Amino acid sequence: MSLDEALLAGDRLALSRFLTQVENGNPEARPVLDRLYRYTGRAHRIGITGAPGTGKSSLVNRLVLTLRANTQKRVAVIAVDPSSPFSGGAILGDRVRMRDLAGDTGVFIRSMASRGALGGLAITTAQLAQVFDAVGYDVILIETVGAGQSEVDIARLAHTTLVVEAPGFGDDIQAIKAGIMEIADILVINKADLPGVENTERALRSNLEMGYSIQANRKAGHQEEFLIPGAADSTVWVPPILKTIATREDGAGQVWEKIEEHYAFLKRSGRLNEIEKERVQKELFDLTTARLMKHWQEIAGKYKMETALQRVLDREISPEQAVDWLTDTGK
Amino acid sequence: MTEQKIRVLIAKPGLDGHDRGAKVVARALRDAGMEVIYTGLRQTPEMIAEAALQEDVKVIGLSILSGAHLALVPRVMDLLRANGQKDVQVFVGGIIPEEDVPVLKQAGVHAVYGPGTPTSKIIEDVRASAAAVAA
Repeated sequence: MSLDEALLAGDRLALSRFLTQVENGNPEARPVLDRLYRYTGRAHRIGITGAPGTGKSSLVNRLVLTLRANTQKRVAVIAVDPSSPFSGGAILGDRVRMRDLAGDTGVFIRSMASRGALGGLAITTAQLAQVFDAVGYDVILIETVGAGQSEVDIARLAHTTLVVEAPGFGDDIQAIKAGIMEIADILVINKADLPGVENTERALRSNLEMGYSIQANRKAGHQEEFLIPGAADSTVWVPPILKTIATREDGAGQVWEKIEEHYAFLKRSGRLNEIEKERVQKELFDLTTARLMKHWQEIAGKYKMETALQRVLDREISPEQAVDWLTDTGK
Repeated sequence: MTEQKIRVLIAKPGLDGHDRGAKVVARALRDAGMEVIYTGLRQTPEMIAEAALQEDVKVIGLSILSGAHLALVPRVMDLLRANGQKDVQVFVGGIIPEEDVPVLKQAGVHAVYGPGTPTSKIIEDVRASAAAVAA
């Protein structure tokens, strides 16, 4: 049996090893990845992001348990944790919270380190999601720490993005990051049994109302930005605010309902094709940038780099002039 | 873009709740540039083998201070073999009586580390093991 056949037939060891090859950028993985691409496009990709300590992994655990209890859908979980910028190593500890999923062969959990992907999601995360999609996983959950660029990246990669908050983690309007309102399709207040949950909900709701109304107006073509309270527009999705206690069953069923609703909305409104286009656009851009960078580094060579560095340090040339020379793009 | 990071699984099988040693080793391996999948306490051999499979690790570190090593470790080794992962190198740390070390080695364990083993030694050994498996 060839590797392609093994992967498509559901061989988990072959899959696991292939994921490693893809993650390492092994050139041998390329042809297989290319051949698998035509099988992608069926999985529902769900992103889960939020500050550390809000209970994302526990929520993933609970969501998958609930889904598997109610359906036969196969689920892949990609749990991304940051690599140390100093040592290059990482502690990947998300599995600790997902012990309830052990033994279920319909679930595949894979931990990934960010490997210094400039604060965002590594290209390889998207590629691993592609592999899971191609080999038949129906739902792919991608969990990352919301920090810097990775929130935006995950929102682009996923169809539906959940942003997880918890009481006490920035209840004030000022403390809630502006970006969250723009990337969240569903807001989940986890650890809802903790005090302060009403404040958190209030703060999120008022932030949402301001942001949503402005966005709704922009999308409707209005030039001015003004507040319109609660416009029920079928071409705009209003992120619901849900409450969960991930360590118990509370709220998980509701979250799935909203996830399904969102997916149905994307299809109905035509947004699904739009976001797919945006996603592929970004992927091509990222791959091109990486490829050109690598190519340039090979051409420029160590000697040229060190020479340029020294000349700038000696103030013989400016940094821009150095780059003119290094990239052969000077006027 | 080819990076060869070493992925290591650190687990505590059985009911032993003393995880400081496992955490110290996990941190040391991270500081040495490795990616450590830390699965925490109360792992069954089945859970450990399943994690090893899904994460495609080259090395597994088992921490056992409860005395149950002779019951748990061979079971892990059997499961790894059954899953097609017989080349994964297994290290055991914790409280292992001298006379049990050969028994563990016989079961396929690569090395046994008693209390006080310098993390530098563990790091060196893990690097060597990972290189051997990759070859």
